[in-house]
Amino acid sequence: MGIVTPGFFGKRREADPHLPPGQYETKDFPVLSAGPTPNIHEGEWEFSITNESGDVKRWSWDEFMDLPIENIDTDIHCVTRWSKFDTKWRGVSLDTLFAEVETDAPFTMAHSYGGYTTNVPLEDLLEGKAWVAFEFDGEPLDPEHGGPARLLVPHLYFWKSAKWVTGLTMHETDELGFWEVNGYHAYGDPWKEQRYYYDS
Amino acid sequence: MKWAVADVVGVREETPTARTLMLRIPGWTGALAGQHIDIRLTAPDGYQAARSYSLSSAAGAEFAAVSVELMPDGEVSPYLVRGVNVGDQLEVLGPLGGWFVWKPSQPEPIRLIGGGSGIAPLVSILRTHAEAKSAAPAHLLYSVRSPDYVYFHDELDALAAAANAELTIQYTRHAPQGWTGTVGRLDGARVTSWAASTSPADGGAVSTYICGPTRFVELAADTLVASGADPMSVKTERFGGA
Repeated sequence: MGIVTPGFFGKRREADPHLPPGQYETKDFPVLSAGPTPNIHEGEWEFSITNESGDVKRWSWDEFMDLPIENIDTDIHCVTRWSKFDTKWRGVSLDTLFAEVETDAPFTMAHSYGGYTTNVPLEDLLEGKAWVAFEFDGEPLDPEHGGPARLLVPHLYFWKSAKWVTGLTMHETDELGFWEVNGYHAYGDPWKEQRYYYDS
Repeated sequence: MKWAVADVVGVREETPTARTLMLRIPGWTGALAGQHIDIRLTAPDGYQAARSYSLSSAAGAEFAAVSVELMPDGEVSPYLVRGVNVGDQLEVLGPLGGWFVWKPSQPEPIRLIGGGSGIAPLVSILRTHAEAKSAAPAHLLYSVRSPDYVYFHDELDALAAAANAELTIQYTRHAPQGWTGTVGRLDGARVTSWAASTSPADGGAVSTYICGPTRFVELAADTLVASGADPMSVKTERFGGA
């Protein structure tokens, strides 16, 4: 621990097992984005997965809505230190999507409308760990929060849950995405406090 | 990079609810304009709380400066705004962030739009611009509720002049006596007319930096994009919930 700050006592007195190190709980839903919020209509939205051979599997919004939809109740952790507990989402599991894709590549890059990218290992997207989510708290996902649809990978810092997601590409090596090039950690495990590129 | 123990070497009341802290950080070699630092407080029982604050100091400044706005239900800001004195020590990490930054090597004109305490990183950009004697045209649009709440009150005009920047203040509730401009929220029409008046005559590229509360940033960024700005040329930093 660091130096004691005289006169500082803090608010939370008990260690909360849901709270990763260095985080605090908020009831708000702060917005963090690198630029303007893209305005994407459901009619123009599509999601695709491109494998290492260049084969592309695409879903339109309507096709997406015909896939099995799951309810997700999860805590989320932002690298800017807020965490939000018991957030409720609806979306399609990445397991469902990858069932239709042939790939042996271990890494993915998520691509968003607006040009943003983030890298996530494939194993972090499978086995019930990740979704493409389009509803938050019973309502269509707000554009500021990534609507019409965002990636939801709640076991990693929330920048990995790419807003305005439109696809994944498969890669043999772990390349860095937009925030990862701009100083954030390549993997981003909140329980290991992997915030910045130099964190181990 | 590790947490460092910084000395508070200066404090200044900016507004009734905000204060600037000047920090001497061991090993500090400066920052990029627009970057932030994390500040961490530790209670006697080891409990810690950390928050991020944008730097307002110039990139090469000897001391790092942050301006902290008091959040009424906050955990860290009440201590930093009301509790800290010169001579105290704080733990800091940084500088951090590689996107919302301006470098003197950027030749294109810049637009800066700040709402309330969101002015801090924009002042860092202006100071850096002035010290580098950058020739890039600069325009600052600052939305603030009333004269009492203007950050860097005594310096702002001089700062803008030193950076050869055009300063436009939009008072949202009360203007100073003798004010001839309008008073009211920074709406789309005001952003549009300001953007038009700050567009380069040759129609060339502009970089825009917007920092403020979420609703403010959404409005300003959406308006600029609607009036033709390339979304990738607009960098944003938002705070607060939506």
